[in-house]
Amino acid sequence: MIKKKTSCIKYTKWGYIFLIPFFLVYTVFSLIPLISTFYNSFFENYMSGLTQVGPNFVGLANYNGLFENTNLLKFTQNTLIMWLMGFIPQICVSLLLAAWFTNIRLKIRGKQFFKVIIYMPNLIMAAAFSMLFFAIFSDIGPINDLLMRLGILDEPFRFLSSVGGTRGLVALMNFLMWFGNTTILLMAGMMGIDVSLFEAAEVDGAKAFEIFRMITMPLLRPIFIYVLITSLIGGIQMFDVPQILTNGSGSPNNSSMTLIMYLNKHLYSKNYGMAGALSVILFICTAVLSLLIYFKFTKKEN
Amino acid sequence: MKKKLLSLLLATMMILGLLAGCSKSGEETSTDPEKAPVENGTEDAKQGNDSKEEAVEVNEGKVFNIYCWNTEFQDRVKAYYPGYTDNGDGTGKIGDIAVNWVITPSDDNAYQNALDAALLAQADAADDEKVDLFLIEADYALKYINTDYAMDVEEIGLTADDMKDQYQYTKDIVTDSNGKIRGTTWQATPGLFAYRRSIANDVLGTDDPAEVQKRISNWDDFNAVAEEMKSKGYTMLSGYDDAYRTFSNNVAGPWVQDGKVIVDDNLMKWVDQTKEFTDKGYNNKTSLWSDGWAKDQGPDGKTFGFFYSTWGINFTLMGYSLADSDAEATVGNGIYGDWAVTEGPAPFYWGGTWICAATGTDNPSLVKDIMYTLTCDADTMKKITQETQDYTNNQKAMEEIANSDFQSEFLGGQNHIALFASAAPKIDMSNISPYDQGCNEEFQSAFKDYFDGNVTKEDALQNFYDNIVIKYPELTY
Repeated sequence: MIKKKTSCIKYTKWGYIFLIPFFLVYTVFSLIPLISTFYNSFFENYMSGLTQVGPNFVGLANYNGLFENTNLLKFTQNTLIMWLMGFIPQICVSLLLAAWFTNIRLKIRGKQFFKVIIYMPNLIMAAAFSMLFFAIFSDIGPINDLLMRLGILDEPFRFLSSVGGTRGLVALMNFLMWFGNTTILLMAGMMGIDVSLFEAAEVDGAKAFEIFRMITMPLLRPIFIYVLITSLIGGIQMFDVPQILTNGSGSPNNSSMTLIMYLNKHLYSKNYGMAGALSVILFICTAVLSLLIYFKFTKKEN
Repeated sequence: MKKKLLSLLLATMMILGLLAGCSKSGEETSTDPEKAPVENGTEDAKQGNDSKEEAVEVNEGKVFNIYCWNTEFQDRVKAYYPGYTDNGDGTGKIGDIAVNWVITPSDDNAYQNALDAALLAQADAADDEKVDLFLIEADYALKYINTDYAMDVEEIGLTADDMKDQYQYTKDIVTDSNGKIRGTTWQATPGLFAYRRSIANDVLGTDDPAEVQKRISNWDDFNAVAEEMKSKGYTMLSGYDDAYRTFSNNVAGPWVQDGKVIVDDNLMKWVDQTKEFTDKGYNNKTSLWSDGWAKDQGPDGKTFGFFYSTWGINFTLMGYSLADSDAEATVGNGIYGDWAVTEGPAPFYWGGTWICAATGTDNPSLVKDIMYTLTCDADTMKKITQETQDYTNNQKAMEEIANSDFQSEFLGGQNHIALFASAAPKIDMSNISPYDQGCNEEFQSAFKDYFDGNVTKEDALQNFYDNIVIKYPELTY
């Protein structure tokens, strides 16, 4: 039991051992599915009723099928529009709130309380949140009732039958659900900035907005990029909110149909080929967009 | 070394623990001790004092799995299958056999997805996990009937003689291409137009079903009455999809012919009529099953009538009509009693639920007994009609009630069974296809945009085509 060589204890292998669970889980649940998605996208493979069709190798036919009609482009547009409609107000409000909360001069009371409150909407399941909105913004729902009683409207506004109404509701929900999370992240970033920098700026006579623009924003960049990229990826994967709100139809006129909802439609017939091809396209888009943003925003530092 | 071993052990446990999470979770349903499989053939299992017990083979499975999408059939079994005891937690017992209801709502095709997965795994499933009975709707019946997943009822033990009083169409729809019947139903579902008596009195000056029928017996008259309704502040229909079935059941051919989706002219007539109704304000722009549609059927509704089918009276309309849903359903509660039914401008049918025996069931004699009792036994079916107003699938029993002094209080004393008894034999199911459900849903959904004024008719049609080939990749247009 006595070892001769005890001169140097190596801890490195423990690091690897403790990493095993992650890599195992990642391989089983992420890597293998990812590769099999690529593989599946080259096959015709779906269910016709209870009969399995395929899998037959069809090369790039699935990709051709997707690019053949203009729907893919339209759904991409929808997704990006709804993401931007939610993200722009979200980032503005979050920056403002984060700046206020971290400002040592303002001395806001009950900071902790507000942090909890703004984070709350994120704790609700998106599906439940959308059901709620579906009910309160329905043609005979309480919002219409209220607007009519206040004399703002003469007859109910049919939110879910108008393009702006539906997209607006989706964006509003995403905004409400995520601005708290973003605020917390940005606050963490802002609190990491050396307080003496703010003080120095103040001594030099900088105004609040100047401090924000010249000190906070540049130093916040890494966190800001992180927030932007995660939100973009989340935005491209937008699904549950519009799916539940429009009952999967993406109505009106497919204007709230997101890419993942389109993907989900292919799963009605368990069409793994088409769904796989769409997933691959999504994967490439997400990767390209993320890299683009990453390099654009980190360029200056290098 | 000891430390090393310990850490290795801990690390291994951690990994195993993670992997254990991925192990099969197939045995989800029966954690209930009552449902736990009892060894076959033990003495206790054989001894039952319930009369049902004798009809059921003792060697059969101890868990009876029923797949369905709502509680309609469950309610029927609870009330009319002798020997069924409800456990109060969504499960039940028939003698020693635990009845396990697997209810998955139809929304978003969830029910069929669940059922398909179960049927495809049927051959390898443990006996207690096998599907024994499953329910299907007319719109997608052929998807299951043209396969071997649904058993031939003769194999189960129902004879042609047992089913002789059933309406022919209810047998046609579940007959496969070789002429074998693979399902059976307790209801027949001729369509009807249910209208508010008070509104009829106000606008048409009569609430008598025969007189009202005269005023709406064809589409031109129907539209004229709609105009009158509008001028008195009522709407003729509630929403876009209400009249859909009256058109879609009177088409020249099925939805899909030789792998091609065909939009029938009659469906375009529905589009044109609904657009006209919408633009002229003859409807409230609701959609089927929406909250607005439900409200229009309630005490505050200002809508003249609804196209429904027999099940709509007891399962839908009655619930919506009550002002206080907790109080007894009787005259004085909401608009209970203010309804009447008539044929409307065109004959049609809508829906209906068939029960099928799943191939591989380990409880064939119980399946047979449930099928027989609920769909062939004249006494049971008569009782169902008298107590629930549902129209049951037994010609003789129904004619008997039609000719009796049976009255529905909900329908203001009308004997609606007489109306159905004359309509049911006329139902024609020759134009159904396995794709009906998807086509009907996508068609209604695509044209909603047209009625709302968001797209042109051509665009709506194109959207429909685009969506239908996603749903059914094997089809073209």
